[in-house]
Amino acid sequence: MPVSTTNSRLIYEALKDNGVRVVSALPETWLVHLIRFAEEDAEMTLVRLAKEEEGVGISAGAHFAGVRSAMLMQNHGFLAAVNGIVSCAQLYRIPLLMLISARGEFGERDPWQTEGGLVTRHVLDALRIPHDTLDTPGEVSRKIHKAQTLAYSAHRPVALLLTRDLMWEEA
Amino acid sequence: MKRVDAIRAVYDDLEKSVVVTIMGAVAAELQSIGHRPNFFYLQHAMGLASSVGLGIALCRPDLKVVVLDGDGSLLMNLGGLSTLARYRPRNLVHVVFDNESLLSVGGFPTATSTGTDLAGVAKAAGVPVTSTVNTIEGFRVKFAEAMAAHDLSTIVAKVEAIGPSAYVTDLSLLENRYQFARHLRSLQPSTSPAL
Repeated sequence: MPVSTTNSRLIYEALKDNGVRVVSALPETWLVHLIRFAEEDAEMTLVRLAKEEEGVGISAGAHFAGVRSAMLMQNHGFLAAVNGIVSCAQLYRIPLLMLISARGEFGERDPWQTEGGLVTRHVLDALRIPHDTLDTPGEVSRKIHKAQTLAYSAHRPVALLLTRDLMWEEA
Repeated sequence: MKRVDAIRAVYDDLEKSVVVTIMGAVAAELQSIGHRPNFFYLQHAMGLASSVGLGIALCRPDLKVVVLDGDGSLLMNLGGLSTLARYRPRNLVHVVFDNESLLSVGGFPTATSTGTDLAGVAKAAGVPVTSTVNTIEGFRVKFAEAMAAHDLSTIVAKVEAIGPSAYVTDLSLLENRYQFARHLRSLQPSTSPAL
């Protein structure tokens, strides 16, 4: 499976370096290594979800308890979580670090991913969620740190879109 | 059984726990009995009260967490029951007040009014201890057992579809949220009651 182990490791180490100790996730292809790293790490609590919206509640609870968290999901999972983001994270000013795999953009071969790819950034904008992309390995650590910093100073959700260039190594 | 009487029957235990409630009647009635800094009212995001409770319970295994859920909210996040059961926080007690209706929006009947058995759903999802109670005394007994059990329980309390005359209280959402978080963080594991 050509998901980049090296870049997944970079992302995971950046989460760890920034104090993340709870990760909620719903598996998708690009996230397999990240989820495995979390599962194998005794310092990390991994919560495997039935639906992504639950992760907003998990992160809210962790935040109340003083623990830093991150959500790992596909963009379609982000779309499935929107009411939780609005009615829990935004209403209650919860810092939320969302790492969202940006499926359905240039290079996508799976037809079923393409509609979500068209709307993800627009929905983020409509929700006024600050977002940036993780495209190259050299920016991973810095951008994750900056995104988390804003999430905690603003007490709001922020999003980083994981792109094909970063996550996928073409055969 | 009236929900407010059921809440009152276990209020002494709630005062000593970390409590997360759903919106509407449950939040308003608990506040009418007496707000405490260890009570958080999730006044929207229906379905996520159990997820918030799970997040707290996993991060603070030294604290007893009580989630006061409802049939309408739980039906919006049945998958959350499977997540709850999967991680089986032994410090969490999950109460579902089942009035078979979406009371605060006009009393529209939920699927529990036509036979959906939420204790059965919880059991099938893997929650180790489940029960359904119809009386205050029955609720008091099952709640006390759950608090003492050191395992995850779901108690479905069948209650009348009546609630308070108003749902908005003078406790603002953010005031409650920040007070709750500050209080939770002040409870150091070494000084917390052994719950």
